[in-house]
Formats: sequence, C-alpha cells, structure tokens
Amino acid sequence: MMNNASLPWLSLSIWMPIAFGGLILLLSNAKTSTIRWTALVGSVLSFLVTLPLYAGFNSKSAALQFVEKAPWIERFKIDYYLGIDGLALWLVLLTAFITIIVVVAAWEVIEERVAQYFAAFLILSGLMIGVFAAADGMLFYVFFEATLIPMYLVIGIWGGANRIYASFKFFLYTLLGSLLMLVALVYLYRATGSFDLAVWAKTKLSMTEQTYLFFAFLAAFAVKVPMFPVHTWLPDVHVEAPTGGSAVLAAIMLKLGAYGFLRFSLPIAPDASQEYAGLMIALSLIAVVYVGLVALVQTDMKKLVAYSSIAHMGFVTLGFFMFSKTNPQDQALAFQGAYLQMISHGFISGAMFLSIGVLYDRMHSRNIADYGGVVNTMPKFAALFLLFGMANAGLPGTSGFIGEFMVILGAVKYNFWIGVLAASALILGAAYSLWMYKRVIFGAAANEHVEQLKDLNRREFWMLATLAAAVLAMGIYPSPFTETIDASVANLLQHVAQTKLK
Amino acid sequence: MLTAQNLIPITAELWLLIAASFILIWDAFKPNGDRSQWLAQLALFVALGINIGFLMAGNTLYAWSGLFVSDPLANLLKAGCTIATMITLHYSRHYVSDRGMHIGEFYVLAMTALIGQMLMVSSSHMLLMYLGLELMSLSLYALVALRRDHAQSTEAAMKYFVLGAMASGFLLYGISMLYGATGTLDMAVIFKALESGGATVNRPTAILASVFIVAGLAFKFGAVPFHMWVPDVYDGSPTAVTLLIASAPKLAALGMALRIMVEAMLPLAADWQPMFLFLGVASIALGNVVAVMQTSFKRMLAYSTISHIGFVVLALGVGVVGTGAGYRSGAVDAYGAAVFYMLTYVLTTLVSFGIILLLARAGFECDNVADLKGLAKRSPTLAIVFLLVMFSLAGVPPLVGFWAKLEVIIALMAANHTAIAVVAVLFSLIGAFYYLRILKTVFFDAPAEADNVHVIAVPALLLVNGVAIFVLGLFPGWLLTLSVDAVKAALAS
Repeated sequence: MMNNASLPWLSLSIWMPIAFGGLILLLSNAKTSTIRWTALVGSVLSFLVTLPLYAGFNSKSAALQFVEKAPWIERFKIDYYLGIDGLALWLVLLTAFITIIVVVAAWEVIEERVAQYFAAFLILSGLMIGVFAAADGMLFYVFFEATLIPMYLVIGIWGGANRIYASFKFFLYTLLGSLLMLVALVYLYRATGSFDLAVWAKTKLSMTEQTYLFFAFLAAFAVKVPMFPVHTWLPDVHVEAPTGGSAVLAAIMLKLGAYGFLRFSLPIAPDASQEYAGLMIALSLIAVVYVGLVALVQTDMKKLVAYSSIAHMGFVTLGFFMFSKTNPQDQALAFQGAYLQMISHGFISGAMFLSIGVLYDRMHSRNIADYGGVVNTMPKFAALFLLFGMANAGLPGTSGFIGEFMVILGAVKYNFWIGVLAASALILGAAYSLWMYKRVIFGAAANEHVEQLKDLNRREFWMLATLAAAVLAMGIYPSPFTETIDASVANLLQHVAQTKLK
Repeated sequence: MLTAQNLIPITAELWLLIAASFILIWDAFKPNGDRSQWLAQLALFVALGINIGFLMAGNTLYAWSGLFVSDPLANLLKAGCTIATMITLHYSRHYVSDRGMHIGEFYVLAMTALIGQMLMVSSSHMLLMYLGLELMSLSLYALVALRRDHAQSTEAAMKYFVLGAMASGFLLYGISMLYGATGTLDMAVIFKALESGGATVNRPTAILASVFIVAGLAFKFGAVPFHMWVPDVYDGSPTAVTLLIASAPKLAALGMALRIMVEAMLPLAADWQPMFLFLGVASIALGNVVAVMQTSFKRMLAYSTISHIGFVVLALGVGVVGTGAGYRSGAVDAYGAAVFYMLTYVLTTLVSFGIILLLARAGFECDNVADLKGLAKRSPTLAIVFLLVMFSLAGVPPLVGFWAKLEVIIALMAANHTAIAVVAVLFSLIGAFYYLRILKTVFFDAPAEADNVHVIAVPALLLVNGVAIFVLGLFPGWLLTLSVDAVKAALAS
C-alpha cells in the first residue's frame, strides 16, 4: 500500500508549515524582510514536500495511500491516522500551492504585525492539509475546528472596517455547525467503539440513525460550503477579510465542507444521502440560480465574487448528490465534474480575490462604480483579469469549463430540467463576471485615480501569471486530475450505491 | 494511636500543619512577608513531593480506624490542590505586596485552607469531611476579609461567610439525616447499608438527606441555583484571593462530592442523579448566557466558572445507568471525566487569573474587559497565552478544554442523554461568543493611549502554565488515564 515508505510525507506536509509558522512567531522582533523570506521559504518547502505525494501516488488504487498510523489518545481509541486517496490528493496540493501565492500576495501589502500574519497563514495551511489527510474522525474534527482559530485572527486583525462583526460571524456560524457534528461523531464512537472512518463506513446503521447523522453532518458542512440558506456569512466575511484571507477562504476553506460530504455524509449515511438527495439537489440549484442572480446586482466586487463562489459551490454539491441507479456512468461523470469544479474553483476564486486585492491596494475601494477604464493604465492586469473572469464564467479551455460541463452533462441525463437549471449558470456566470469586467476595465478612465494607476509590478505579475497558468493547464489538459481520482470516485460511488441499513 | 500505620498516610497534612505553625510563630515575632512566602512555597513543594510519591505508589491506605483514606484519587486531587496553591501564591506575590497583604497571615491561611482541602478529599468519614470543609472555608473567609480597610472586600467576605455557613448547614443537616437513616457516619458502612437495603435502613430519610447534601455541595461548587455568591465574591475579593477560591477549592469540592455521593451514596444514584443533571444544565445555560452581559472581567470569569462547573456536575449525574447487573459500568468513565475536567479547568483558570494579577498594578485592578484593549500590541507573548486560555475555555480543539468537554459528552451519550449533550454543546456556542469578545479586545482593539508605553514581560511560570494548556491539548492521554485510574481505584475499594 505504501509505495513511497521512505519518509512520512503526509506528516511533513502538515507539520512543515506549522513549524515554520511557529518559527516566524518566534522571529516576531526580527527585520521584516527576514520574516518575509522565512515565510516564503517555509511555504515553498511545504509545497515541495507535498510533491512526492503526487509522484508516488498509485492512481489505480482507491485505497488510502501514504498511510501513517500511531495511537494518539488510547483512552478513546483515537489514532493519529493519516492517509490520502485520489480525492484528498489534489486538495492537499492545492492548499500548499495557494499558501505560496498568499505569502507572495502579502509581501509588501501587509505592514502591520507581519510575523503574525505569515504565521497565521502557514499554520492554517498545515491544519487544512491535516483535515484532508485525516483518516480518523476525531483527528479530522480537531484539524477542522482548529482552522477557525487562525482565520478568526486573520479576519479580525487585518480585515476591513467592519472586521469584528465579520470575524465573529465567521467563527460562531461555523462553530454552530461543527458542534452538532461533534455529537454525531460521539454517537458513532459509541456505536462502533472506534473513531476510524473506514470502520464507520462499514458499520450498518438504521435509517433513523442515518437520518440524524446525515443532518448533523449537513449542519457542519453546509455552513462551511456554504449552501443556501446558510450562506449568508460568506459575503460579509469576504468583504471584510484581507485579500489573503479571502483567497484562502474561497480557494480552500470552502472545500473543507465539500470534502466533508465525501468523507462523512456519503460513506457513513449512504441511504440517508440517497433519501435526501432531492433536498440537496434543490438547495444546490437554488444556490446556482438564485445566488447567481444575487451576484449580478452586487456593487461591491468582493461581494460579487463571494456570491459567485456560492453559486459555483452549488455545482459541487449538485454533482455529489445526483444518484442514479440505472446510469452509474453518468453519475460518475457528474461526480468527477463536481470534484474538478472544487479544484478549479480553488484556482479561479483565489485568482479573482487576488486580482481585486491588486486593485484595492491601489485604490482602497472595492466599489465597481469607483472604477472604469482600468485597461488604459493597467493593460497587463486587464489581460490576466480577463482570463480569470472568463474562467469564472466557464469559458472552454479554462479550468472553469470542464467541471461545470461535466456536471451539466450528468444533470441533463439525470433529469432534463435540472440540467437546464444548472446550465443557466453558464449564462448567469458570464453575465455577472463579464459585466463586472466591462464596468471595471473597459471604457475611458473614469476618474483621476484610475488615470494614475500603475500596472502590475513583477511580484504581482508572476503571482497572477502562475495562477493563470494553472487555470489554463487544468482547462486544456485535465486528464492528470481525472486519472488520479477515477478509482477513488468509482469506489466511493459503489459504496454509496449499496445499502447499509441494518 | 500514634502508630506508623496511622501517621504515614497523613504525612503531607502533618508536615503542612507543622510548617504553617512554624511560619505563623516566626512571623508573629519578626514579621517578614518575603520570608513567610518563601518558607510557605518550600513547605508546599515538599508537600507536593509527598503527594506525588503516594500517587506513584498507588496504594490505598486506611488510617485512624477508617476516618482517613489515602488512595490514588485523594493523592491526585491533593497534588492538584497543592500545585494550584503554589502557582497562585507565585502569581500573586506582586499583587499582594502592592496592596499591603504581603504578610505572614496570608501565606499561613493559604496553607491551612490547603490542609482543609486535603482532609476533604481524603476522608472516608462524614465527620472528618465536615471538619476539613470548615477548616478550608474559615481560612478562605478570613482571606477574603484580609484587606480590612477595603469596603468591597469586607462586603464580599460577609456574603461569602453567610452563604458559606448556610451551605455548611445544609450539608450538616443532610449528614445528620443520613446518620439517622443508617446509624453510621462511616462512608463504607453507609454504602453497604444502603446497598443491602436492610430493615434498619430508612430509605426515604436517606433520600431526603441526599437532597440536602446535594444542595450543600451545589453551594460549594457554585452551581445554579446556588450560584449567587460566586460573582459577588469573585468580584469583591482581592484577585489573589479570588484565585485561591477559584482553583484548589473546586478540586476539593469535587473530591468531597465523589466521596459522599459515590463512595457513600451510590446505591441511591437513581434518586440523586437527576438533581445533578438539573444543576448541570441550569448552570451551563445561566452561566453562559449571563456571562455575555458582563463588562467586568472578573465577573465574566465567575459566570464562566459556573458554566464549567455545570459540565463537571453533568458528569457526576450520569455515572449510573439503569439498575441491571452492569449498572456501575459507566461510573468510572463519568467520574473520571469529572476529575479530568476539573483538573484541566483549574489549570486554565490559573492562567486567566494569573494574567489579571500580572496586569494589575498598585492602584489599578485591571478588572474590566476594556482594560485589556490592545494587549496584543503591548505584549504579543502574553496575548498568545491569552489566546490559548480563551480557546481552551471555549472548548476549541486542539486545546485541553476540548478534551474535557468531549469526555463529558461521551459520558452523557453513554447514558443515553443525547438531548442534554446537544443542549450543552449549543450553550457552549454562546460561551464561545464571550471568550471571542475577550480575544477581540486583546487582539483587534487599539490600546488605550496612556497604556501604550506599558510593555509587559511575561513571567516564565505563566508562560509554562499557558503552554501546558496547549501541550496537554495535543497529548491529553496520560492525564486522562491518570484520572480514570484514580477513580477506578477509589471505586474498587
């Protein structure tokens, strides 16, 4: 099972950024440049140690790979149990990758409490990788909850004017969901005497039990994704969070919720998942259509992208829950599409928020009305921003296309009208992305501030160009992604298709 | 009577008594606060060594014809009480000297309170238990009133005394009824009498006794609805004394509760457990909700204490499930959870009050939440310690407060009280709000201008104490095992 047993790569991926975060905290009083370079070296090293995960990954197998297991708290049989399958692999890589970008994005922008800022993001990165790599329910929960601490501080310390409201809303909203999940975890522990996710997936549970568990998990993950109607925290938080915070939140933290569905709801409560698939599909479609419309009328760029994130995540949950007994291949197609959408959204939403951050650093405004004609002074930026806007709208050739296309294809086969509603997102997405682009970028320079804008500097250019390369690469050549997740998706869907009723 | 068999188990108490008398006499002739303090710390250190020695030996020794028991549970709690007292005295040394309390009596009274606590957790006889309780309480009353010229302290001392005396009265009344019902004050004999349920046992009287005893214990714990004294006394006492009240006595009260309710009255569990469940839910609800409205930091911590006590009390209420053969199978887990919760809670409380004591200066109490504004700018290290404490109190992993809550929730669900578990975690959400608000003041608010220059160095012990919360959160296993084993040994004997 372990094809690269030489080093505990998963542990390294988790603890390397956390160790660097701690180191940076100790360096609090050092020169700012020392802190920045330490953070950059830390994030790059942390990314490098995740690469062997890809290199050594056996994509034929759906089993957990790079497994590490050691008893942690023997009294409750909680293990330090790590392992990844294809579904976790890409999220781990994405997390480490986005962390580098965030560190670069903050380079000259953050001037206050620099050490704490970088430390928070590095520690956050390690904790999120921990969530994706955990194969023990309680270990998952510990990482899942611990991510709230650095994010709370990031929003509250470096956020905008209304940051305190946003930080509280973020923390309490997500905590509410996860506390119910904690009760569910303890219930499963009582029922099985173990916190091992694989054991939970095998345990037979009655429909009543599954229903309670399903909704407890839903409380935790729906808030995190976020799904309609518990999505209201996201726009508030995005608007107030600093650029890096928004990028990490949209690119990775939302995926913690979607990943939770894959690890908990579907394998542990498959019958309840099928029973309530209709509800999930309905909520997802509302997110896609209604929230897409809401995005259209936003006047604040960050809010617009935040609503578009909710709409895009609607595709993810939609793809997860279109169960089909007669046509397992279409289901697999939609499911893979949903997963690719997660990764792609990580690149695109991160890039969108960073682009807005670039503008915000110059103009200190997020209002669309304050801009206009940016292309005249910032051509390089306008070109890259166009690519991200198009990707956000799902243009073929960008990563935004493949995920949505596969989900829509699956949806049409599942039920024509669901397919139609889902496909409306392509129009809505194009509408809100491109209309915002038109108002901000095109036209004559709207005011003297815009006239004085400076184009991207080298750091900003390479930061956005890297993301652009990722968006294009994934859009043009998605097969490395689909190949690695194939086995895991097939295995999961097969598991979900079998009843677990007692 | 003065045989080795009787004397060895009480070595720690005896040693502390001798040391306290010695310090008191020396100080009476040549008053010197510093000397008394160091001697007290030295004496406590030796006592701690003795406690740990007994704990590691792991024996159960009875002495004084069954009045006194030295078992792992007693020694664990004694070690906890001793450490808490030592840390308290260390944290408060500047505070007390700034306020004219740096006198021998302060240290001697702290030591006698500790002796009382040790007797409480070590007694296997109701009479000794009551004597220990009174020794502790009287010492604490005097400590609260130590600043004679301070109106607020005097008021707090009065309240504490009157309500504490009432609680002792309840307890004593309950004990006397129990004597009436069973004809004995020896806990082991009471247990046997209640379990066999012979003709000599008057069961209704025993149940009535349990009502009074639970009320008395709830007073001492500060559980709702017997919590009224807690905020006033916490707020009114000098902070050093508040910490003396908030730390070790809680452990002793838990020890007392376990001795009376479990070692003596477990056969009546079906009757007294619902009372604890009610106390627990009420405490968690009221403590968390009312804490939200506080502007005084000390009062907020007082209400937060009430809510945490609620969790401990809940654990005490779920030890026995049903009446079948395995009715005691969950007892070890539940009471072990209570012990672990209390130990870690006391550890966390020490840091939170330690920070207040550190920030308080002559003439400045640092009582209000607003006094903490911008602390992160003045001392990043202290702010991080603050962060660990608050998230631990809020029960966020990976800090130790999370494991304590988890253990109680597991115990609750093992007893099929899922609804109570859900209520408890939802009220923790409200609790999280006011802990977050403190952190907001510390991290997000700008410092008040006058304080800009006041940079604070963090004492090593406070730092260690704060990091302990984190490290214990990462590796809680050994303390979990220790508390469960202690309870197991106590239940077996």
